[in-house]
Amino acid sequence: MTIQNEILMPNTKELQDLVVQVRRDILRMVHKVNSGHPGGSLGCTEFFVALYNEIMDLKDGFDMDGKGEDLFFLSNGHISPVFYSVLARRGYFPIEELNTFRLINSRLQGHPTTHEGLPGVRVASGSLGQGMSVAIGAALAKKLNGDDHLVFSLHGDGELQEGQNWEAIMYAAGNKVDNLIATVDRNGQQIDGATEDVLPLGDVSEKFRAFGWDVMEIEDGNNLEQVIAGLKEAKSRTGKGKPVCIVMTTMMGNGVDFMMHTHAWHGKAPNDEQLATALAQNPETLGDY
Amino acid sequence: MTKYTDQGKNDTRSGYGAGMTELGRTNPNVVSLCADLVGSLKIETFIEENPERFFQTGIAEANMMGIAAGLTIGGKIPFASTFANFATGRVYDQIRQSIAYSGKNVKICASHAGLTLGEDGATHQILEDIGLMKMLPGMTVINPCDYNQTKAATIAIADHVGPVYLRFGRPKVANFTPVDQKFEIGKALMLSEGTDVTILATGHLVWQALLAAESLENQGISAEVINIHTIKPLDDKAILDSVKKTGCVVTAEEHNYLGGLGESVARVLATHHPAPQEFVATQDTFGESGTPEQLMEKYGLNNKAIEAAVLKVLKRK
Repeated sequence: MTIQNEILMPNTKELQDLVVQVRRDILRMVHKVNSGHPGGSLGCTEFFVALYNEIMDLKDGFDMDGKGEDLFFLSNGHISPVFYSVLARRGYFPIEELNTFRLINSRLQGHPTTHEGLPGVRVASGSLGQGMSVAIGAALAKKLNGDDHLVFSLHGDGELQEGQNWEAIMYAAGNKVDNLIATVDRNGQQIDGATEDVLPLGDVSEKFRAFGWDVMEIEDGNNLEQVIAGLKEAKSRTGKGKPVCIVMTTMMGNGVDFMMHTHAWHGKAPNDEQLATALAQNPETLGDY
Repeated sequence: MTKYTDQGKNDTRSGYGAGMTELGRTNPNVVSLCADLVGSLKIETFIEENPERFFQTGIAEANMMGIAAGLTIGGKIPFASTFANFATGRVYDQIRQSIAYSGKNVKICASHAGLTLGEDGATHQILEDIGLMKMLPGMTVINPCDYNQTKAATIAIADHVGPVYLRFGRPKVANFTPVDQKFEIGKALMLSEGTDVTILATGHLVWQALLAAESLENQGISAEVINIHTIKPLDDKAILDSVKKTGCVVTAEEHNYLGGLGESVARVLATHHPAPQEFVATQDTFGESGTPEQLMEKYGLNNKAIEAAVLKVLKRK
């Protein structure tokens, strides 16, 4: 179903400020080291801001087991800039640490990892297609532990070309893993071009539905209010015998005009001039790190 | 030399099953996963007694490894089991990223390793798995020798925090280790002391090494036999202590000589105490169909091959 903006939005202005600030963080992080993935990060900014500040029930602090709180797994680990920025601004680690992204001896590796002990990360990702299986395992552990909290995951659309996803999709429906909400970032782009040109995904919603999932769509994944409403709707659908999938349409590079409508910025950093232009389109709100 | 008695042939995979049965009764955090090979892995009793702690993933090993990684988040101790080929080579990247690099407490339990699964042939006979697994940082690699030791190892790895690769096999083989012997990860076991040559064996080759030592003794050659059940971390001290005494070594394993126990031993010796070494292992080849005995004979992995290797290495001292 399509989500309408019928639910009253709390704190939307503050969250919108955070969205803009996270965009600035992403752009400055990748610019500084002249590497990283700004396109998909910008496309998922509203999703991450909503998830970590409005949707998930989170404990203070971080422990690996995450009992008694909602969990999130990022499967398409290359959009680490948005993950790191939102984690830092949610208080998992000092915001200044964003300065160390992709540098030697940093906890903020190119792709997220538990290996350097960065709070907020529960599994390494980057080699694609593995996150849904891990999320299912965590969801099963929650059921065994009698923990009624939820597990969220995010997947790139191009990533669905990896076969392991379909093993996981089949498993989750067949075993009624109904405390799982998997979101697919349907930006239609991957490194070599449009997903439908590289290897057509077709109707992602229908594919999940055919496997037995409860599927819903967020038509504009860059509309914060739609994202919040959609995630709330997804939560209301859990616990009913089916895993929940959100197919969320986003614009890669959203918020920076020259990064939109192209796959060129999937894994490319802006130069000094481009950064200035991009930042001018996203004026500082909560303070740069 | 010390004599060992076969208490009655049994398969190491049944040792795994028996270990899982005990863990099911004693450790509520242990969970079991399997990719459509429950009967082959002998875990029916665990499943019957703990249905809520068993996860049948179907023929989908990649997903199984990922689910196992996820189950650790929440404090479970997953034992993910299938044939060795499908537990390693097929899912190497899943193990590498989601388990090893992520430091997850997953036990990868692999039956039908090596040539001795027999008639199914080379598609199912992995001779590269020890190498694949030992190269992963943080991975513990264990290859027990018989039913009793496999059972003990299965129970022991539940208390070890970190990823483990536990390798065992299909055929019924001599069961000779003490039934109550505690399994200590990384601690080699001296089976028979000797002075002329050190035989370092792992897995099914340990019994063959004992048979070889007995025959050598009749020829006046005193062989020291050590059971290297843990290939990583390797018990460097036990190996060096022995080779310093005997001056030469034969390694024996049901695995390719590239990447196996033999190469790990060679590294230790080259670094600390260079000594002549012969490798009883497959010679960079795939296997084929046949009975376990025929295959071990053809590929030079039995007591006769170990004996020949000892005679060869003694000449190089």
